[in-house]
Amino acid sequence: MTVTSLADIAPHHLAPGRGGGGPAPTRIVVAYGFWIFLLSDIILFSGLFAAYAVLANSTARGPTGQQLFDLNTVFIETMALLVSSYTAGLAMLSAEWQHRSRFFVFAALTFVLGAAFVGIEISEFAGMVSEGAGPSRSAFLSAFFTLVGTHGAHVTTGLLWLLYMVAQVAVKGLRPAILQRLLCFSLFWHALDIVWVGVFTLVYLFGVR
Amino acid sequence: MLGRLSWSSIPFDEPIALVAGGGAVLGGLAVLALVTVMGWWPYLWREWLTSVDHKRIGVMYTFLAMIMLLRGFADAIMMRSQQAIAVNGAEGFLPPDHYDQIFSAHGTIMIFFVAMPFVVGLMNFVIPLQLGVRDVAFPVLNSVSFWLTASGALLVNASLVIGNFSRTGWLAYPPLSELAFSPDVGVDYWLWSLQISGLGTLLAGINMVTTILKLRAPGMIYFRMPVFCWTALASNMLIIAAFPILTATMAMLLLDRYLGMHFFTNEAGGSAMMYVNLIWAWGHPEVYILILPAFGVFSEVIATFSGKALFGYRSMVLATLGICVLSFMVWLHHFFTMGASADVNAFFGVMSMVIAVPTGVKVFNWLFTLFHGRVRFTSPVLWSLGFMVTFVIGGMTGVLMAVPPVDFMLHNSVFLIAHFHNVIIGGVLFGMFAGYTYWFPKAFGFILDERLGKAAFWCWLIGFYLAFMPLYVLGLMGMTRRLQHVADPSWQPLLLVAELGALFVALGILCQIAQLYVSIRTRDQRRDLTGDPWDGRTLEWATASPPPSYNFAVMPDVEDVDAFWEIKKRQELDAVEPSYEDIEMPRNTPTGIIIAFCAVVTGFAAIWHIWWAVILGAIASAVVMMVFGWSEEREFEIPAAEVGRIERARPALGRAA
Repeated sequence: MTVTSLADIAPHHLAPGRGGGGPAPTRIVVAYGFWIFLLSDIILFSGLFAAYAVLANSTARGPTGQQLFDLNTVFIETMALLVSSYTAGLAMLSAEWQHRSRFFVFAALTFVLGAAFVGIEISEFAGMVSEGAGPSRSAFLSAFFTLVGTHGAHVTTGLLWLLYMVAQVAVKGLRPAILQRLLCFSLFWHALDIVWVGVFTLVYLFGVR
Repeated sequence: MLGRLSWSSIPFDEPIALVAGGGAVLGGLAVLALVTVMGWWPYLWREWLTSVDHKRIGVMYTFLAMIMLLRGFADAIMMRSQQAIAVNGAEGFLPPDHYDQIFSAHGTIMIFFVAMPFVVGLMNFVIPLQLGVRDVAFPVLNSVSFWLTASGALLVNASLVIGNFSRTGWLAYPPLSELAFSPDVGVDYWLWSLQISGLGTLLAGINMVTTILKLRAPGMIYFRMPVFCWTALASNMLIIAAFPILTATMAMLLLDRYLGMHFFTNEAGGSAMMYVNLIWAWGHPEVYILILPAFGVFSEVIATFSGKALFGYRSMVLATLGICVLSFMVWLHHFFTMGASADVNAFFGVMSMVIAVPTGVKVFNWLFTLFHGRVRFTSPVLWSLGFMVTFVIGGMTGVLMAVPPVDFMLHNSVFLIAHFHNVIIGGVLFGMFAGYTYWFPKAFGFILDERLGKAAFWCWLIGFYLAFMPLYVLGLMGMTRRLQHVADPSWQPLLLVAELGALFVALGILCQIAQLYVSIRTRDQRRDLTGDPWDGRTLEWATASPPPSYNFAVMPDVEDVDAFWEIKKRQELDAVEPSYEDIEMPRNTPTGIIIAFCAVVTGFAAIWHIWWAVILGAIASAVVMMVFGWSEEREFEIPAAEVGRIERARPALGRAA
């Protein structure tokens, strides 16, 4: 069969896991699996984005995005999240280089920025609800609260995960197993940024037009 | 304190539900009592409930599917009997309210708790063995996935006894499934059990894709993977791409029902049509999630029992991946009548016809594999041949309905019911039965009784045709689906034939139960000592039956698609004893079953609005995850000496044949 010719292209001693080199090492398997999980999470968001796109104009004579959104607050919120991704990156680098105290500093910065993001979002939500623009007011607001709220819930989960990882680093140090878990956390944190860029554009920028 | 739950939630006034529910509860209690009296708990807990071995988990998935098949079939035969009796003014034995629950439960159970666990179970058991490796990528996650699926099944069955199930069909279209029109717990049971089991399925999909792409024996490049691995890869990629849509859609319906939101309601701008689009954006890929692994099973079975390499391996792989992509471009054919423009309907009609092409390629490949082969007509081959004939008919009625004007005539008629049972029974279920018979000796070390297996096949085949061919005719005569009673007496003769078909299927199921019972009783005469009872071609047959926990003492070297066939030809197994090394294996853990327990508590409490228990269950599962996340010693080593002892204790492999 033609397979023999393929064997010439991809001989046994190719990199593990990719060609015929045998099973990949755990480090690669874990990160790869987590990547796929993130992809599935992004598909979940895509369902919510689609619902938002369909319902964005179904305001049922209630308030519209133009009346509700304040781009200044959202800008601060966005900056907090984007900068937190940068500090999360620095925390990861410090961990790679075994700078434990520096890791704690950057992790703390990340946590503060992430918490600020969540805080701003909660106050935005609370303001809207108190104005009578809660999630049950119209289909538009249902979709808005669900899309933005699901992202916010992810960030909150990320914050709890970060605390948990800081505790693990404090107790166990920056061992390979811990670094591997940190890698998954940082992938998660950056993925939330990507989703937020979509939220910022589709919900807020398009919403205030 | 107990939310909506009260004594009136138990259906004392519905004799059928009460007897069925009571029977299930008593049966369950009897099993628990037996296990306790016999002192089997420690064994079950150690070896099965906490197991992270992909083979054990695969067996448990399959077992779950079979139990739930009995439940789903009981629903089916009740519906057939009701329609056969309740004609021309007769009331039958199922009141409308109960009948609606039964058709909803039948569809939900058959897809989510029979077909899915059967497919996932077979993949779980077979894939690592075929890839020549020792386990899946994430063994503990695998256990979590299984137990979440089992939790969903438990919740569905709980609705028999406590409260009621959904009356809104297996996909719970709004606005009927909204709180205004379905105020009781039925839809909530549907939503929570599917959210929980759906999460399990998604995690299983991630696990399998990672396993297939990252863990393969040395030498197994992509184009040397067995076809079943390819179809499993495609199926699991579809799971990853489609199940999050289901999760999001059901979450929106949950928010509508619990927080008064307006995604799909009639008022405040909600769009019920969006639900129909979203649910089928998951639902159509779902049918390919089910059928692709079945295609894989047929490929393995036909190649093995024809004694030939599979014809057109490359085209089989391409057809599989083609179906994988196309399956996301046909969802609208489930609702041509909803009011999209003629252009949109035409596009999806054409795409639905196009997807039949790769399937046709596969059928020809199987035919050419059989051609000039020395075919051994074992029961897996019978299932495969039955499938090829039946599935082609089902495929053609599908292409027929892909023509939008025709669909306007047939939409929601029993013609559609006949079509999808034709492909799901004749395709998925026959495939799973073929795979079950084919891999049973690998899992348990003895071969299932062939005589009863063949009897089961013939009963199922005849039963299928008797039950569903009349429905095609009835559909053309204008009979719509989900009728609790039938007004037109001229439909009754055909409905009676369909009832007879259901009885034949019942006979088939009885044969399968008898087959399992007889085979277990006479297992000592039907042992497979070689590990290779069928003269197989792929790596799962290169190890013992049942395989040791580590599958392969020495990882096999792969040089061809039919890796084991090549090894046998080279007679490598007769070579000197290999030098064994220490093997690292994952430790068993109760994490999966405990998380699933928390999920049951959370789901049940959410259904009944018992908020404190919802919070408690959620916190408990978070704590369990954190405890597991903290641990580091998740593996243990089997020393080389121990491996050598196990390997030497069994007869030489592959030499007896």
